[in-house]
Amino acid sequence: MARLLPFVLFLGLLALLGFGIAWNKTHDQREVPSPLIGKPAPAYTLPLLYDAQKSLSDTALRGKPYLLNVFGSWCPACVEEHPVWVQAQQDLGIPLIGFNWKDDPADAKAWLERFGNPYAQIVADNVGRVAIDFGVYGAPETFLIDAAGVVRLKRVGPVTPDYIERELKPAIAALGKAAP
Amino acid sequence: MKRAGALLLWLLLAPLALAIDPLPFKDAAEEARFQALARELRCLVCQNQNLADSDAGLAKDLRTEVFEQMRQGKSNAEIKRYLVSRYSDFVLYDPPLRGKTWLLWFGPALLVGIGALVVAVTVRRRARPAAAAAPAAATAPAAGEEEDW
Repeated sequence: MARLLPFVLFLGLLALLGFGIAWNKTHDQREVPSPLIGKPAPAYTLPLLYDAQKSLSDTALRGKPYLLNVFGSWCPACVEEHPVWVQAQQDLGIPLIGFNWKDDPADAKAWLERFGNPYAQIVADNVGRVAIDFGVYGAPETFLIDAAGVVRLKRVGPVTPDYIERELKPAIAALGKAAP
Repeated sequence: MKRAGALLLWLLLAPLALAIDPLPFKDAAEEARFQALARELRCLVCQNQNLADSDAGLAKDLRTEVFEQMRQGKSNAEIKRYLVSRYSDFVLYDPPLRGKTWLLWFGPALLVGIGALVVAVTVRRRARPAAAAAPAAATAPAAGEEEDW
C-alpha cells in the first residue's frame, strides 16, 4: 500500500493539472464577473452621438428591454464584433443601443460610416464616467437590460453568432415570459 | 555616494511618477492617501498592475474617479465599496476574507501544515525501523519497503 502511495499522489496531481487546463480552456481568466447582474442598471443621461444637443437617459428606455453595446472606434475587437451585430440586429426583437465609449465623435461617425450602423440610438460617453458606473473595463461589452431597468446579462468581449444563438436569444426570450 | 544612491533611486522611481497624471492634490497627506489607495486597487485592463502604476486609459479614469470621491469626503472603505459594486472583488488586490475566499487565504498555510505532518510521520517511521533493525537487521521487510521513499 505504501508503495502505491506516490503513484496515487501522482495521479492526484495529474488530475489537478488536467482540471486546470480544462478549466482555463472553457473560462476566460481575464473576464471579471459583473456584480450588476440582477441589479438595476446605473442611472445615466448621455448626449446622443448624432445630436449632441439631445440626450438619452435610462428612464426614457424603461418599459421595454434593450441591449447596450459598448464600442469605440479605437477598439480593434469592436471591428471584429461589428458585422455580427449588423447581421443579427434585425432578428433580435429588441433595440440595440450603442454606447460610444471614450471616443472622438467624428472618429465614431466615420467608423460607423465604414462598418455600418446597427444601432437604434447611440449615446456618447466621452468622459468615461457612466462607463465606470456600468463597470466597463474593455470594449466591446454588451449588457442586456430588461423592461424594469435591471441588468440581465453581460458579455465581455466580442459577441459571436454562436453566442447570440446560444445565450443572447434565449435570455431575450426568457424576458418576454417573465414580464408580459 | 549617498547622493549617487539618491539619484539612482530617483531615476528608478521617475517612470512611476510619469505614469501618473497630475491631480491637483491640496497637500502631501492627501496625495499619500491617494497613492496608498490606488496601490490597493487593480487596474482592470492590465490585470497584473495596480491603479497607481497603470497608464491605461481606464486606469486614468478610475484614478480621477477615486480622487473626486476623496474630495467629496468619502472614506477609503466607501470608495472601495463603490468600485467593488461595479467591478466585483476583482478590483481589490487583497480579496476580502469570506466563505468563498477562505481557501485562497488559508490554503497555503494548510498545505504547509500537511507537508509538515507528512515530514513528521516519515521521519518517525524511518527512525523506528532503524532502531528496531539494529538487533535484527535481516528480518525487517518493512524497512526495505521504506527505502523506496
